Amino acid sequence: MTTLNDAATDSLEHGATAKAVAVETPFRRFLADYCESKLSVVSFGVVVGILLIAIFAPWLAPTDPYDLSTVTVQDKTLPLGAVMGSGQIAYLGTDGAGRDMLSAIIYGLRISLIVGVGSGVVALLIGVSLGLIAAYAGGKVDTLIMRLVDIQLSFPAILIALVLLATLGKGIDKTIIALIVVQWAYYARTVRGSALVERRKEYIESAICLALPKRRIVFSHLLPNVLAPIIVVGTMQTAHAISLEATLSFLGLGLPQTEPSLGSLIAKGFDYVHSGHYWISTYPGIALLLTIVSINLVGDRLRDVLNPRLQK
Amino acid sequence: MQAAGVVFLMSLLVFSGVFLIGDPVEMLIAEDAEESDREMVKRNLGLDQPYYVQYLRFVAAALRGNLGDSFVFEEPALLLILDRMPATFELAIFALLLAIVIGIPLGMWAGLKPESISARTIMTSSILGFSLPTFWVGIMMIMLFAVVLGWLPSTGRGPTQSFLGLQVSFLSMEGWSHLILPAVNLALFKLSLVIRLARAGTREVMHQDYIKFARAKGVSRSRIILVHVLKNILIPVVTVLGLEFGGLVAFSVVTETVFAWPGMGRLLIESISTLDRPVIVAYLMIIVLLFVLINLVVDVLYSVLDPRVRLTDVKG
Repeated sequence: MTTLNDAATDSLEHGATAKAVAVETPFRRFLADYCESKLSVVSFGVVVGILLIAIFAPWLAPTDPYDLSTVTVQDKTLPLGAVMGSGQIAYLGTDGAGRDMLSAIIYGLRISLIVGVGSGVVALLIGVSLGLIAAYAGGKVDTLIMRLVDIQLSFPAILIALVLLATLGKGIDKTIIALIVVQWAYYARTVRGSALVERRKEYIESAICLALPKRRIVFSHLLPNVLAPIIVVGTMQTAHAISLEATLSFLGLGLPQTEPSLGSLIAKGFDYVHSGHYWISTYPGIALLLTIVSINLVGDRLRDVLNPRLQK
Repeated sequence: MQAAGVVFLMSLLVFSGVFLIGDPVEMLIAEDAEESDREMVKRNLGLDQPYYVQYLRFVAAALRGNLGDSFVFEEPALLLILDRMPATFELAIFALLLAIVIGIPLGMWAGLKPESISARTIMTSSILGFSLPTFWVGIMMIMLFAVVLGWLPSTGRGPTQSFLGLQVSFLSMEGWSHLILPAVNLALFKLSLVIRLARAGTREVMHQDYIKFARAKGVSRSRIILVHVLKNILIPVVTVLGLEFGGLVAFSVVTETVFAWPGMGRLLIESISTLDRPVIVAYLMIIVLLFVLINLVVDVLYSVLDPRVRLTDVKG
């Protein structure tokens, strides 16, 4: 971590893009910093790839795992590469109901990402707004919001999610609600912390002197300057949410088996582990792992690059 | 005072929450039961009363240490849970010890030589560590060690011995073979945290004046690391782990489900699926109490151990 800035300019000069030398914009510098680690570039590629697979699932999956007319029990627990009754090759085998695992994984990935990213975005919006309000308003509002955050963060996420889902019941919407409730506090705490630091700086003071409306100061002056930690927490939290959803679905509390996420697929496969049908829970697990690890690696790198304290 | 407030608030939340879960009567009696039987069951369980009456009854009983009887087992819910508690605690304590014993040396190594390849490998794998979904790793462990290799049993707790009045499994080889897989599984959850804490602590401590002084005095390198550094990183690690113990107990819900470990987490999952309200409420109340207690103890200990906390704890 000694000469990150030097290294950054170095890589700019020898950078792959010829234009990089022309103007050093903050974004270019960030890009160059980020690309210094090959592992981070690869994991970013994996994340993009996974997102594309999830978005284009209906076109990529060999079969439609929800189409009950094509799924037959005769195909159940076929090993890898076996030919199904319909003539399709099941590259990753089939599950206990005769579904093609590869297709089930692609669709499962899609549901996992919808739940993870969807809940993450809403939690981010709620948490960031409340965090900014707490930091800017101060006083009783601040105390109230932060006391709530403190209480919530003193319990592990899984426990809160368990309680909520035990109460609300199964379902994709309920799982998303539970994950939002679990996550917002992390955003609120992060944003408040950085916003408190920024608030004391001159540009905010001068904005206050100019008698700009409060809303404008908070959203167009304060918010852009606390974006970096939000992005980092956002990536990490998304990975966390995906993992938590999988865990809850595995426990039988998250998504119903009619909308199987990767977690529900693994749960189903668990019933077959002792009979040696290893592929039913192994491959959805690998897909899940790949997703979470690559998002976390991206987040970890973002934290190193965006953290001004490390750039000395 | 605040702790008591939290407990009260949670009791209200938990109770209202659980009150909303489906109708347990439906689960308990046969489908062809007469309407009058149905009414009788309801009355016996106190479910015919309005919500606030049920809550007040619950609080009144809870203050006397009675958290209601399980609908399914027809035993006091509190006893049911206390009965399963030693199993969960045994698992959590062993997981914690494993995480410390493996994590601190790895983290210190990574902190001492931050640029070396081994340190980078440790840090990258620690990302893998907190990315790995615990339940999936558990399944893979069962597959490898129980199904393919057949070395270790995959379910249950094995025979237990009495130790200080509690039933434990770590006193026999048979018990160990049952304990090791779930404990490792649960430890993985905290291992990367320990590694990161130990690494950050080591890096910070190595730059302190007292380390430079010790070096200038001619203290051997191994003594500096094992005595001076280790002592100073232990405080944050132990504090955080103390706080995390509650998390381990809560998270053991997952490990217990995978390995069919007869602890209170598994009881919770079973109770949720059978809508056994008193057990769910009792479990959650016990966990809340445990957390409040842990937070309190750690807060007190922290200010005792580290005088700086007392001075800077005035929130600005």
